[in-house]
Amino acid sequence: MADLHLPVTLPTVFADLPRRLDIEAATVDEAIDRLEERWPGLRDRLCEPGPALRRHVNVYVDRERAGLDTALRPDSRVDVISAISGG
Amino acid sequence: MATRVVLLVGTRKGCFILESDEARRDWDVRGPFCDGWPIYRAIHDADSGAIYASAASEWHGAGVWRSGDLGESWELSSEGLGYGEHGELRLSKVAGLMAAHGRLIAGAEAAGLFESRDGGVSWSLLSTLDGQPGRGKWNMPENQPPGHLGIAGLLPDPNDRDRFWAVVQGWGIFETTDNGRSWTPRNEGLRADWPLEDPRVNYCVHKLVMSPVDHDRLYQQNHCGMHRSDDAGRSWTEITEGLPSDFGFAAAAHPHDRDGFYVIPLDAGHGRCMPDGQAAVWRTQDGGSSWRKLTAGLPQRDAYLGVLREGLAIDDLDSPGLYFGTSTGQVFASSDEGETWSAAASYLPGIASVEVTVIH
Repeated sequence: MADLHLPVTLPTVFADLPRRLDIEAATVDEAIDRLEERWPGLRDRLCEPGPALRRHVNVYVDRERAGLDTALRPDSRVDVISAISGG
Repeated sequence: MATRVVLLVGTRKGCFILESDEARRDWDVRGPFCDGWPIYRAIHDADSGAIYASAASEWHGAGVWRSGDLGESWELSSEGLGYGEHGELRLSKVAGLMAAHGRLIAGAEAAGLFESRDGGVSWSLLSTLDGQPGRGKWNMPENQPPGHLGIAGLLPDPNDRDRFWAVVQGWGIFETTDNGRSWTPRNEGLRADWPLEDPRVNYCVHKLVMSPVDHDRLYQQNHCGMHRSDDAGRSWTEITEGLPSDFGFAAAAHPHDRDGFYVIPLDAGHGRCMPDGQAAVWRTQDGGSSWRKLTAGLPQRDAYLGVLREGLAIDDLDSPGLYFGTSTGQVFASSDEGETWSAAASYLPGIASVEVTVIH
């Protein structure tokens, strides 16, 4: 199970969404699918048509910059970061 | 039950709710709501009692927040708010918002209209005004101003569900009488200070309002002057003479007097503040033939205030109250048709919109 960490900007939008959760997925895209199943609408907060990650949403897998198709290992750490933007 | 006067204030850092009683002297401030997302416009649907707020986050995209309990709890939805994976258009923000006849309509950038018939839970594309003059150009970035809003303004016909007006930013007003299946430009008589390729469009309409007592009487604040229509937008007459500037964003129609109309003129340059550092709302009571400057209680020196297109509202009480919010976070309120003013809030984030609703 990948160890998924979410930015502070998301749990305030979705009821009962934790900052950290374990998730079974083969890719970043699949991990977002799992989130969408439990918290409908969450995919739209992270992705835009393409599909692609939103411009100011960055994902790191095991501390490397990742995309939707990046593979996850069972022990991967996934960090979803809302990039520094705005004031 | 006591009358509640509720202001919905959309800011760069969430929605705020200001509440008073019929006297409209003392205001309680609640918020920020909507998780601090930038709010373009917040409205109250009198039929359902719900609040809706159009929003776009730098990080997490666009959506419409809704509250069924006057702000106690909120939910966000963007289900259906988009042009699909492979469409010509990309949705960057939701701007215009209207509630009428049991449904909601949202205006988006890129320019399109979305409809919700389930109280904002889900949305579906209603129209992108295909075939209209300008349609081939208005979604091209090189033709857009910074911060383009797409369809910024929406005005319902109170008596006809299928008829409404949409304002495409920088292109003008379009009217539909068949719920968005077909459209007609409604810009005849407007002024533009730039060359026009097609005289039917390319007018910069900032705010469009209707007299609640005469639905053929429309007013608008335009980039180039203030204008009146006596035939529901089929033709327009400029009514700028007597005002200190032909530029501004906000406008409001008097609820009981078809000839009553309010604007907030601004310097037309890049500053876009009230002229001479003096805060003022201007009122006509004769359909724009003459204007009066209303300043009592407003700061009269060093007050470089801006008010955006949704930043002025008027209630429908016997002595109507006016409210405006500034881009520097002040809300000013009047309970006597603008004769006297006082601050209702002074330190909010920059304000994009003010809406008022009276709950009896």
